[in-house]
Amino acid sequence: MSNGHQDILTVHGVTKRFTVGDDDVEALAPVDLAIPKGEFVCMIGASGCGKSTLLRIIAGFEEPTTGDVSIAGQPVTGPGSDRGMVFQDYALFPWMTVRQNISFGPRQRHLPHDEIDKTTDEFVRMVGLERFADRYPNQLSGGMKQRVAIARVLANNANILLMDEPFGALDALTREQLQNELLQIWKRTGVTTIFVTHSVEEAVLLADRVLVMSAGPGRIDSDFRIELPRPRDVSSPEFNALRRDIARRLTSHLVRA
Amino acid sequence: MSDHATTLPDTRETSQPATAASVRRRKRQRLETLRAIVLGAGFPILLILIWDRAVAMSGTRLIPSPYQVAVMMYDFTFGGIYDDAFSGTILIHVWKSMQRVYGGFLLAALIGIPLGMMIGRIKVLRQLLDPTISLLRPIPVTAWLPLSMIFFGLGPNAAIFLVFLGAFYPILLNTMFGVRSIDPRLFEAASMLGCSGTGMFRQVVLPASLPAIFSGLRIAHGFAWILIVVGEMTGVPTGLGSVVMDGRTLSRTDLVITGMIVIGACGFVTDRIIVAISNRLLSWSPQHRE
Repeated sequence: MSNGHQDILTVHGVTKRFTVGDDDVEALAPVDLAIPKGEFVCMIGASGCGKSTLLRIIAGFEEPTTGDVSIAGQPVTGPGSDRGMVFQDYALFPWMTVRQNISFGPRQRHLPHDEIDKTTDEFVRMVGLERFADRYPNQLSGGMKQRVAIARVLANNANILLMDEPFGALDALTREQLQNELLQIWKRTGVTTIFVTHSVEEAVLLADRVLVMSAGPGRIDSDFRIELPRPRDVSSPEFNALRRDIARRLTSHLVRA
Repeated sequence: MSDHATTLPDTRETSQPATAASVRRRKRQRLETLRAIVLGAGFPILLILIWDRAVAMSGTRLIPSPYQVAVMMYDFTFGGIYDDAFSGTILIHVWKSMQRVYGGFLLAALIGIPLGMMIGRIKVLRQLLDPTISLLRPIPVTAWLPLSMIFFGLGPNAAIFLVFLGAFYPILLNTMFGVRSIDPRLFEAASMLGCSGTGMFRQVVLPASLPAIFSGLRIAHGFAWILIVVGEMTGVPTGLGSVVMDGRTLSRTDLVITGMIVIGACGFVTDRIIVAISNRLLSWSPQHRE
């Protein structure tokens, strides 16, 4: 169990209600969550369970109806460069080259030019895109675009990486490759990562901890700790036992026909 | 024209060595360019032939033949044939019209682009101005003619004002549309990377809406040249519009058609310049490349 000071992120009694037409939809029941620094957390759940909403509230893109989120003890009031979001559809700036996208954050802070260049080079190299540094996003594959998106938030010194089904649009091979690269980057930088997915296998492969969410209204149903040593073998009995347990939790709320 | 056909493919970048395949590809490109020129230039030539035959066969004296217009064009450009008030005066007329067209056009861009960006982005401004704009926009620019003559008197300012009005709405509306259709994720991405306020306008709103802004500029530029004739009906002594109006008063259709052709040519050349600039600025966006 983690104690209070080590938690980089705390979510306290966060709820979210939307009004859709005349209906008042409760998207999130009170959610409480504490994530220690450096942890890799996967949130998993059926669509409509509020996992993306929770992530967007943590990012500061949406305000909770009640409750609060704080980062290192500071309450979140809006988007900030301490948290970097990686979207499923990349959201790269299409008029900027790979380099310009990655240097966008450092440029906002008006750092000296050579420092910006140094940081940019470092992260272009980290995601292995040296040869593509002067290309525009529409000249890149989906996997490369997502590498740029990851480098863009890391170059901005984000210490919490928020990922909203980041590999959902990629083919299986690219996906596997990016999962490995993400783990390498996470190990090297120690960045706290919250990763939303709907693949149980992806969650068990990546995370220190898997939060299973359930819908109607969205809440955290269970909290699994994954103690398997990395690199994890997806065909091992331990891996599959965990996968089965989590899948069972995930489907226990679904009404069977 | 035929020069174009041979030089254009050479300017394309060919990074590979001259293999058989790349030679074949270049040959195909050259043929494609040649075809575009033959088709593009062939159609107006066909129209001129039809015009020539129609005038000859009907025996009308109201419409000049292409040859008569060509003679007029020569006289308008170099003089030495009719030696009247219009001989050799093309440059002064083109220069005056260009000042008015670009004056009105640039003014429209200078006001329309920032205003469109702000209306597109700021809800209060949209609520404040959108109904008024929708109300004013359908009014034909020609309907403003009497008022503009009262506001600005007889002279070039009235012409600039009319060109401005005609160019303003396409620029404003396209800019607004461009801003409204920006993917909201881009604003989220920019704000989480520490961008806000005027930086957001300069670094995200402007470049993201640039494709729409450029299509607005192209439409507006077309309107600007269309309106120069109306604008120069307000009693200015020089300008291509006034040449056309004078030709009408003097029943000199060869002069009218000459003026029309020069206006068309000027519009064509600037349109190409705008397209070249937009291709350069929008190279990141292949769907907007011509």
